[in-house]
Amino acid sequence: MRHRLSLQIGPVAFRIGSAWKAPLDALARLYASYPAPADGLADFTVRLEPEKPWRRFFRPSVAIQGDYILPDAAPLSLAHGLLAAEMGMNLQMALGQKRYLLLHAATVEKDGRALIMTGESGAGKSTLAALLGERGWRLMGDEFALLDMDNGKLLPFPRAISLKNGAIRVMEAQVPAARFGPRLTGTPKGEIRHLIPNAHAIERMQEAAIPALILFPRFGEAAAVRGVGAAEVFMRLTQASTNYVALGRRGFDALTRLVSTLPALAIDYPDTDTALGLVEDFRQELAA
Amino acid sequence: MAGPVYIADEEAELTSVSLDGLCLLFHAPSGMTHIVATPAPEILAMLRSGPADAAELLRRLSAHYAFEGEAAAGALAARLEELESAGLVRRA
Amino acid sequence: MRNAALLVRALRDPASVRDCDWSGLVSAARAEQLIGSLAFRMEGRAVPARVASIFEGARRDAAHARTQALWEAEMARRALAPLGVPAILLKGTAFHAAGLEASVGRSVGDLDILVPKASLDAVEAALVGAGWERMKEKGGYDDDYYRRWMHELPPLIHRTRDRMIDVHHTILPMTARPKPDAAALIADSVTLDNGLLVLSPADMIVHAAAHLLADGDLAGGLRNLWDIDRLLRQFAAADPDFWLTLSARAGQHGLARAVHRAARLANDLYDTPVPEAWRTWNGLDPLFRARMLARNGWGQESRKALRFAFYVRSHWLRMPPLMLARHLWIKATRPRASA
Repeated sequence: MRHRLSLQIGPVAFRIGSAWKAPLDALARLYASYPAPADGLADFTVRLEPEKPWRRFFRPSVAIQGDYILPDAAPLSLAHGLLAAEMGMNLQMALGQKRYLLLHAATVEKDGRALIMTGESGAGKSTLAALLGERGWRLMGDEFALLDMDNGKLLPFPRAISLKNGAIRVMEAQVPAARFGPRLTGTPKGEIRHLIPNAHAIERMQEAAIPALILFPRFGEAAAVRGVGAAEVFMRLTQASTNYVALGRRGFDALTRLVSTLPALAIDYPDTDTALGLVEDFRQELAA
Repeated sequence: MAGPVYIADEEAELTSVSLDGLCLLFHAPSGMTHIVATPAPEILAMLRSGPADAAELLRRLSAHYAFEGEAAAGALAARLEELESAGLVRRA
Repeated sequence: MRNAALLVRALRDPASVRDCDWSGLVSAARAEQLIGSLAFRMEGRAVPARVASIFEGARRDAAHARTQALWEAEMARRALAPLGVPAILLKGTAFHAAGLEASVGRSVGDLDILVPKASLDAVEAALVGAGWERMKEKGGYDDDYYRRWMHELPPLIHRTRDRMIDVHHTILPMTARPKPDAAALIADSVTLDNGLLVLSPADMIVHAAAHLLADGDLAGGLRNLWDIDRLLRQFAAADPDFWLTLSARAGQHGLARAVHRAARLANDLYDTPVPEAWRTWNGLDPLFRARMLARNGWGQESRKALRFAFYVRSHWLRMPPLMLARHLWIKATRPRASA
């Protein structure tokens, strides 16, 4: 492959190859303060390739390839090459990661205890995680929570946070410009901008945490908090896990243990300040 | 007229965890997880003492769990169909 | 890593692989559906920690794939039991059901079964009754084409488990030149202790060779050939007359050329012991070899022109020229909406 880049994110090493220089330059800038894999090896390989040979130059079309792929995935334009690289890494995790149980959740940690925020896309978990990350919490990840099935701990996977539309404005007001990737417009999800996790999150990307609370945040409703029954939590977490089914008995044991030992709350919030306030209340209760 | 005779897997093949009133089952032969409610776990328990058709199952359920009444036979038939689709119960 | 020679060497002789392009090896293995087999071959060998972890994950994955494959076979057995019709497991599922060496690390996609042609409609109806669904609408051109000319029903997919089942009535398309004896395949099938049916050893090799060489464009060729290597070693070791039986059976099915070429290629790539008389190299063998090795260390397909030549060949094999022309004409001129 013409252009190459290797990245270590938490316990996972990626190597990304590309037919074009631009997407990897953008990726390298985003992950400039991340280490390269110490052993020079990769857990997963991503490739950005032209859909057809002539599409390398003429109306460049970036097909996402790699160890694990979705056969009918639509290619992206070269302008969105950075997105293609990020999607490629997501796909490797979603389809290929079997060492850890994956939950589709944002996780943050403080004083060794981790908060798991999960729910539908657009519920605001990435934004909440990003905000908490700027308020003394350590961001462990905004897309995938990695559960170690042997010891029940969560491992960090702090990728660049993918902010969309309004969330971009919220974070631009709070975080220096140098920590943002390029503004990507015209994507299927609207406007996207990546936020680089802070030094705190990157330095400690190998430190596990003990899960303490599961939250189901829902943005845009009047403030409300309710408990969620363990069976419902289990069902919602399996629906949100891309690899639960492939993990058999180990996955079942790890997830039943998680939901039967952890409290779970559904929180509705009209604005982020309310949510942040609620999270601080929970943290104090848990610490007590 | 006797209906089909049903068999359930050995107890060792099923791992069961109860979580607020529901039963999570991990079925080793299929690698699948099922979330079931009463009377499904009870039906599986009653089949462990040996294969049975619907009528015999109804008798066992009434004896152990006060499972009776007008709707009981219909409910049992519906649950058996679901358990058979899920592969947790099969025909002899 | 310019081609898959490293992957082949690692499978053939795991002890010989030490300092190498590990990431390339893993990507090539994943691309060729051989990561599970490789992980078992390399078990216990000194490899970098990250690679050991990848291999351990692959072995666990393979165990899960085995569970799922056998479960599909069991659910199909339950659905078809009332019909009293023989349903013979094929390919990977058969290897797992019979506990063969070829099943070690073997991934399985769809469930493939062979049934008598006369039972096809009853089998399809029973499967549909048990939760499998048709993927294409019954009666369209594709569906009619499939039913008339192919060796299998259009694939069915299970409604809740999301796994496919392919029901075959013979092992090659009706339009291909070799005409395997489907009735003999069924008559000589073997009943396992667990009650499931698989092909006889010689027929398993004939099927694998047909699948490798007479049916497709050799995509997945290294994996198919690895199956053949594992099967040949195990069957030949258990039966001193195996090669004679295999020869006779291959001839009976009109697939002697495919079986012989498969054996030569396995001997060349995987060092499969084959009788001296079987090793006469044929002019086209290097092309097949090159096609099978056309995978680089980034997991990409290489040798595009060669691949295209085999792709054209695979269509040629499946269809007489006039039929192919008509088929392509209909597909090209039919309204977009039904494509």
